[in-house]
Amino acid sequence: MASIGKIARRTFLIGAAAVAGGVAVGYYHYRKPYPNPLEGELADGEATFNPYVKIDADNTITVIAPRAEMGQGISTTLAAFVAEELEVDLDQVKVEHGPASYAYYNQKMLEEGAGFNFWDESYAAETVRSIMLGVGKMLGLQGTGGSTSTTDGFDRMRQAGAAARMMLVEAAARKFGVAASELTAENASVHHKASGKSATYGELAADAAKLDPPRDVVLKDRSQWKILGKPQKRVDMLDKVTGAPIFGIDVRLPEMLYATVRISPVFGVKPVRSDTGAAAKMPGVVKIVPIDSVYGSGFGVIAENTWAAFQAAEAIDVEWGKPAYPADSDAIMKLIADAAAQGDATVERDDGDVDAAFAGAPADKMIEADYSVPYLSHAPMEPMNCTAQLKDGEMHVWAPNQMPVLVRWFCADIAGVPIDKTHVRTTSMGGAFGRRGELDYAIYAALLAKETGGRPVKVTYTREEDMRHDCYRPASAGRFRARVGDDGLPVAVDMRVAAQNMSVSLMSRWFPSLPGGGPDPSITDGARNQPYTIPNYRVASVQAQVPAIPVSFWRSVGNSVNGFFHESFMDEIAHLGKVDPVEMRRRLMADFPAALAVVNKVAEMSNWGEQLPSGAAKGFAFTLSFGSWVGQVVQIADTPSGIRLEKMWIAADVGTAIDPGIIETQLTGGAIFGLSAAMGQQITFRDGQVEQSNFHDFDAMRIWQAPRFEVAILENFHRMGGVGEVGTPPAAAALANAVFALTGKRIRQLPLNRDVKFA
Amino acid sequence: MRLIVDGKSIDLDVDPDMPLLWALRDIAGVTGPKFGCGVAACGACTVLIDGAPVRSCSLPVGQVAGEVTTIEGIGSRDKLHPVQQAWLEEQVAQCGYCQAGQIMSAVALLDEIDDPTDEEIDQAMGGNLCRCGTYPRIRAAVHKAAQLKLARS
Repeated sequence: MASIGKIARRTFLIGAAAVAGGVAVGYYHYRKPYPNPLEGELADGEATFNPYVKIDADNTITVIAPRAEMGQGISTTLAAFVAEELEVDLDQVKVEHGPASYAYYNQKMLEEGAGFNFWDESYAAETVRSIMLGVGKMLGLQGTGGSTSTTDGFDRMRQAGAAARMMLVEAAARKFGVAASELTAENASVHHKASGKSATYGELAADAAKLDPPRDVVLKDRSQWKILGKPQKRVDMLDKVTGAPIFGIDVRLPEMLYATVRISPVFGVKPVRSDTGAAAKMPGVVKIVPIDSVYGSGFGVIAENTWAAFQAAEAIDVEWGKPAYPADSDAIMKLIADAAAQGDATVERDDGDVDAAFAGAPADKMIEADYSVPYLSHAPMEPMNCTAQLKDGEMHVWAPNQMPVLVRWFCADIAGVPIDKTHVRTTSMGGAFGRRGELDYAIYAALLAKETGGRPVKVTYTREEDMRHDCYRPASAGRFRARVGDDGLPVAVDMRVAAQNMSVSLMSRWFPSLPGGGPDPSITDGARNQPYTIPNYRVASVQAQVPAIPVSFWRSVGNSVNGFFHESFMDEIAHLGKVDPVEMRRRLMADFPAALAVVNKVAEMSNWGEQLPSGAAKGFAFTLSFGSWVGQVVQIADTPSGIRLEKMWIAADVGTAIDPGIIETQLTGGAIFGLSAAMGQQITFRDGQVEQSNFHDFDAMRIWQAPRFEVAILENFHRMGGVGEVGTPPAAAALANAVFALTGKRIRQLPLNRDVKFA
Repeated sequence: MRLIVDGKSIDLDVDPDMPLLWALRDIAGVTGPKFGCGVAACGACTVLIDGAPVRSCSLPVGQVAGEVTTIEGIGSRDKLHPVQQAWLEEQVAQCGYCQAGQIMSAVALLDEIDDPTDEEIDQAMGGNLCRCGTYPRIRAAVHKAAQLKLARS
């Protein structure tokens, strides 16, 4: 991986220089646009205006939506940005993901990674954000994550649409011999009302694309929007209701071989003894090759079909090494809990004087609690897969992935071909939830493509392989204490949260030659940055040392942990202080009008405070994550077969609602994702191996368990937030708080079905 | 062996133990039914055999006795099945990966019950897992499909 290390070092050093020396050092590079990757792959008759727009002479308009479509509707929303300014209907454009390219860098992913509170608009926060924007540009990292695609694309892609429209209008002005100001662009044509002349975009495209892009672009005011702000028909819906072959697993190429992998189920070890002889002789098997990679060691099985590959992989006789981490879950969780209790902490929020505020507190005004959550698998419906072909010095990769530029680096490196001879096509994804930000499937496909004499090979994991070789949501433990005052409100809150350092884990896979380390702000994300005013309020992170178990981004990341910890503990505080939990939030969030409006809205929708029939109860929780302010209330009922989720109300302030239909599905889908985990999911270890293997022992909510939903979308805050992950964080706490209200049982450890039964 | 898939007769030279799903996807090139679990736990591979919903990942192709209908055989892009039409109108799919199986289960349900209640929908669709959480819209779409189908008949 030498050249990967070199690429990484170079790009990270540029980034570091920008941070250390200010953006001015790299101003030229920062301003200079990346080359348009569409230039090199135009078909006959096609013209490109910028990396986002291609127009064919036959008036086919192609919009590049360069973010992973994993179900969140991003291809529709990004295409809508361009279409709005280009003056075309959404159903007039063809939407493609486009090639892997630096031109599609995601600047917001790093900008909000700077660690400031979302509401912090101080000089320091804004300066660091603008520096990170420059770093994002220079790293050129094209990626989908952090609920950033919409906020990242909002200006850039509207500008791309507007610039293309202005060039088309200018080309028409020259063609008609009139001033551009006399022309109007509408419905994929440019019209001159006075003379009745008009030309389609297709007719103008070739000339227009030769013009210089406009220096200044004025975007439409919101009041002029025709597409944005309204629910759209998704551009991918017809494909998805007809079973079209759009997913990575559907790739079929001439002469294609099929493959799977069998990687060590003990993380970080190699086979100590193996015999592939019998497996290699099985019908349909082409070749079995050893694999040794940053993601794991084991075997790749190449066959004539997927089934034959699965059968042979299972038949490999192999003994694996011993783990470097505690072999069983109890020991691992104890290690993390001990870190929460005693480990060296990094203080991430420190308001007032917490230690002084606890001194001499009477026992009846104090509460202390230990919480924990397990490791979780992403388990998207489409198992990991990737197709690769190495032929005539060129590497072709078809990957359902969230990080195309990294996939390109790694595959080029493995194949030993230059980056510009490595072509990555990003397919639609059958779910991802962060899983496809990892690169294992692409690395294995690239390794196996070297073994097939130029034939393409599609690698598909079994569900068992997928579940036992995830990069998991880190398990986490928290130790919390609070003191309430005579008014029942908290005067001091002290939170310590421990988990594995996710960036250390990630760096060990992506850039093992680079040092990883430093505090990991994701450990306390969702706890340290919530809109509460409490006079003495401390949140600290502790790194738990669990070697080798790979951890990574799982929908909403640290917020998925701390939404549960923070909001369950707030419910405990309210109970101790004998204050209604919603009323307590109103008082603690008084300084944050956006939060307060959300709390009031969801309380009103759910008729919070009403007298419920016996055997029914409600729970409330709130989390600000990824720039959106989300409150949830869930109502549950005791039934003979267990606790049933009857209804959930969600209020969310997203700043600006680009597509209310898609936002609603993300809020409800995100909540179901969080409820699924809260009710019954856990990844546990025995003998160093993950115990769960398929949906029988790692299931998710089924349709009969799904509550009815009512959603309100608010637009009070002046900055736009993301929506892909924000429905998840409060869900577990809302449910656990409802269980407490129903049963009097305070559950501090997920999943909840360890302690209660669900219908 | 010979199979009838989506009204077409196809000859397959495969191990009879190979699950129908892989015979369809890898050999016959019918990729509409999806691989999700391999153990009949998620329903992404659901097809109809003589009208009854079956998890094709767990049925050896040699044991198939009857006509196979997949998502690719119930309608076309220009002429959608009422269930597909309802899925489109209700904008059900998110990632879409489970939806071929969801739609096939709904087709079978509506062939059995003209106008199912929520409880009947929940019961019939319980074997189809969706990780994106599209269940509220699936319920709405099954109700809409029932109306579309009744209106067409």
